[in-house]
Amino acid sequence: MNHSVPARKVRVATCSLAGCFGCHMSFLDMDEAIVPLIETIEFDRSPLTDIKTVSQCDIGLVEGGLCNEENREVLHQFRQHCTYLVAVGACAINGGVPAMRNHFSLQECLEESYLNGIGVVDAQIPSDPELPALLPKVTPLQTEVKIDFFLPGCPPPAAAFLELIQAVLENREPQLNYTIRRFD
Amino acid sequence: MFQLDGNPIAFSKGDSILQAAHKAGYYIPHLCFHPDFKAHGSCRLCVVDVKGKTVSACTQPAEDKLEVYSDTAELRQSRLRLIQLLFAEGNHYCPSCEVSGNCQLQALAYDLGMTHYHYDPFSPLRQQDGSHSQLFIDQDRCIQCDLCGRASQEQDLKSVYLLAGRGQDTHLAFRSHNGQLGSTNASMDDRAAHICPVGCILPKAGNYPDIAGERLYDKIPIHTQGNHRRDEGGQDEP
Repeated sequence: MNHSVPARKVRVATCSLAGCFGCHMSFLDMDEAIVPLIETIEFDRSPLTDIKTVSQCDIGLVEGGLCNEENREVLHQFRQHCTYLVAVGACAINGGVPAMRNHFSLQECLEESYLNGIGVVDAQIPSDPELPALLPKVTPLQTEVKIDFFLPGCPPPAAAFLELIQAVLENREPQLNYTIRRFD
Repeated sequence: MFQLDGNPIAFSKGDSILQAAHKAGYYIPHLCFHPDFKAHGSCRLCVVDVKGKTVSACTQPAEDKLEVYSDTAELRQSRLRLIQLLFAEGNHYCPSCEVSGNCQLQALAYDLGMTHYHYDPFSPLRQQDGSHSQLFIDQDRCIQCDLCGRASQEQDLKSVYLLAGRGQDTHLAFRSHNGQLGSTNASMDDRAAHICPVGCILPKAGNYPDIAGERLYDKIPIHTQGNHRRDEGGQDEP
């Protein structure tokens, strides 16, 4: 196969905030299509590289919504360093399943999980200062920073990731056709 | 005859623009309209341009020689924003919804190219109702189309379901002494129990019957197959 190699590789950072890493799994679920990507993209901060800080990137893929202060901090770092910031998956776009806690107060959620839940032993609400403070509500990324592109889906299909990368390589907006524009 | 996006459309006396267009095989996006019930005109998705005005096609009577425009860039954008408002106004979590793939709200969002809400989510707190033995009410997904209310009143002759409240307090209510569905004479056999275009009125048993990829709107967009439910196909010709 003959692939056009860009002058410079597209640098991609990824992270999962209030997500389940399902979007990352879907990104990797592209079978042999992942092989030619080696020639066109390289990874910056990502669970795939274990690099802990984000540097200047072309694409930032952010999975999950915002549920704690660390999520907000990471999101702002990504916004600062990424030319195109992409909200990846249902949770990044509308809060998703974690946002179903918005029906309850944070205190009610903590009490249900750590004090009154079934099978709880040595009941206490975690208060270690190392733990990021939880936000009162889970919110989507667009409520905090400007988002350039959205990949809907739970998770978005691998083809949607491929189209996004191809679009950035070709300097155009991604076009998600009907079969890869899913909300579930 | 009138013109819809330049196509001649025949109509019978009393037809709305939407009814005439659908009979002629042209789909105009809609959620609150159903051919079996009186038009409601509330979802506004069927907006069309007539004589320089934007009107709802389900309530606007067809007239001879009218020039009607539906498939314009401006109206497609208006409809996208309307769908995004509906998503932002409720709590619509498609991944955990029983009717995902068979949902008309979701199908229209797919068809109109929606990828995100555009608006910040309103995240309303709404009361759920599991009091009925066979039906569950998930108010988070209600789009207040009143199709259940019209079906209950016009066909079931029960008036079980209704919209109550005003403005942002508008909500689906049930006519009973304690306001619960379980205290009404609502039945699974009612038409109203099989009319909801979204996942608000649900049977308690037998959900998730289709695997992903084989649901109503997984492959065929709503503009080619029309507004349907799994249990109520063929009612609404596109």
